[in-house]
Amino acid sequence: MGLPEVDSTEARIAEWRAHVGRSPAVATADVEELEAHLRDSVEDLRAVGLDADEAFLVAVRRLGALDGLSAEYAREHSDRLWKQLVLAPAADDGRPRGRLRQAVLLAVGAGAAVQVPRLLGAAPERPADLVVHVLLVLLFLLAFVGLRGGDGPGGGRGDGRGDGRRLGARGWLAAAAPFALGAAVAVASPWAEGSSTELLVALHLPVVLWFAVGHALVGGDWRSPSRRMDVVRFTGEWVVYYALIALGGVVLVGLTVLLLQPAGDQVVEQVLAWLVPSGAAGAVVVAAWLVEAKQSVVENMAPVLTAVFTPLFALVLTASAVVYALTGLAAGFDRDLLLGFDLLLVVVLGLVLYSLSAQEPSRRPGALDWAQLAAVVSALVLDALVLVALLGRVGDLGWTPNRVAALGLNAVLLVDLVVAAVLAVRFLAGRTRADRLARWQTTYLPVLGGWAAVVVLALPPLFGYR
Amino acid sequence: MHIDKELVAASASPLVLTILGEGESYGYALLRRVREVSGGDMEWSDGMLYPLLHRLERLGWVTTDWRTPPGERRRKYYAITDDGRAALAEQRRQWGAVVRALDGVWKQAPSLPAAGSLPPLGPALGGA
Repeated sequence: MGLPEVDSTEARIAEWRAHVGRSPAVATADVEELEAHLRDSVEDLRAVGLDADEAFLVAVRRLGALDGLSAEYAREHSDRLWKQLVLAPAADDGRPRGRLRQAVLLAVGAGAAVQVPRLLGAAPERPADLVVHVLLVLLFLLAFVGLRGGDGPGGGRGDGRGDGRRLGARGWLAAAAPFALGAAVAVASPWAEGSSTELLVALHLPVVLWFAVGHALVGGDWRSPSRRMDVVRFTGEWVVYYALIALGGVVLVGLTVLLLQPAGDQVVEQVLAWLVPSGAAGAVVVAAWLVEAKQSVVENMAPVLTAVFTPLFALVLTASAVVYALTGLAAGFDRDLLLGFDLLLVVVLGLVLYSLSAQEPSRRPGALDWAQLAAVVSALVLDALVLVALLGRVGDLGWTPNRVAALGLNAVLLVDLVVAAVLAVRFLAGRTRADRLARWQTTYLPVLGGWAAVVVLALPPLFGYR
Repeated sequence: MHIDKELVAASASPLVLTILGEGESYGYALLRRVREVSGGDMEWSDGMLYPLLHRLERLGWVTTDWRTPPGERRRKYYAITDDGRAALAEQRRQWGAVVRALDGVWKQAPSLPAAGSLPPLGPALGGA
């Protein structure tokens, strides 16, 4: 054996390295680990008398066929694959084009559907009318998500195997049932004038319907945590895309008003009556299509957005918690404040979920985790202050639908965030692993949907539709 | 003797955990040890070991550490955790139960071929 022989082994290992590294499921560190193994193996084989070429060939053969190897890695590291799973089928069967056509048709359908009540002369005045509009639009979203083939962004990426999870007839029924039920509640209930339960239904039904859309997204399989995390991811990315589209929409509307002003207010009003509701409705489907088609873009954006906003929220929340702790809650605090704090908890939870959905399950704690913990704890402190103040008053103010809904939501969110905070502390102390945090959130997800369903179904009759 | 693929897969995690229980190790040495204890009966493709190790890491059963001992190459060392030991104890109980059950039925069915010429167990035991 001479120098050339060593060189040829090195060249072969380099070639092998490049080849293995090409698989998206095998990360650079994994290639390094495999290479160390390969070199150990080659050395041992040389020691028993094989020459350099033979040793290399046998060692590579023992590592296993590359296809099988990367498939095995893919099974364990499905999160690394999700970009490829979405983009890969695009190349061969031309489905994205068909998918785009579906998206456009359904978006136009949603846009047209929201115009129907207006054209029939029923101007949306009451919250229940709004519910009908939301129902109509989300029905189109449900259709879009449900019509997805087996291995769209929701299906297939969870376990990296891409086995089809088409929505069966039962899945469709289960997903459509909340819509039918919601429509029945909204339309058939004897709402009192200025009913607050009606408003509560309008606020909570979309959440229930979103879970129905999620049902279609996971192909009816809620059992696995990674599927549920897919719903969280989809939701977070959908919100980002919808916000972007809405920004563009505002500019468009502003320009339209500016351009049509000379033609008279009536023309402007007519155009806006078409443009705004239909645009908002169509964007619901288009945003979902963008989530599916432009996966890699947001995949890069989610960590950046969380990195920017988590510390900012942590700062603001800690500051407010300190201020309130020092000054105490002012005597004249509004009882609607609780609703505001519910919103705060929802935003903090959203932030937690969003960052969880973008993180590797096996990462180590970092500065961002501290910021997130600070945000969660401050929000909890603030909420506890408000809750104590409010519970003391329920006695003399009595139970109203609004208060029940607000307190219930508060309790649901409080439990979620308290456990999340405890897990985050354990994670930062190195006593638990990152995927426990994600596991808790995905486990708790049904509770959030369940509470929304309780508000929609139970509160109105309980309070006599007031 | 060739051992069925599913059986090899099912026994892989307790085997690896047990070997790591003897002391921390890296992939290649682990495999050598597996060959040693199984007398070459269990055919492992080397590459399959790493996804398994990564799964054990994700479950928190092993910890990892990149290290370069003097005079050797840089390697990723795996060490068993307390959770891993607990999981191993549980798997050991389960395997014990399986073995006892099989033993029990085989003793009651003397018409079956004797051990040594038994057919492979088939996929019924796989996927643990």
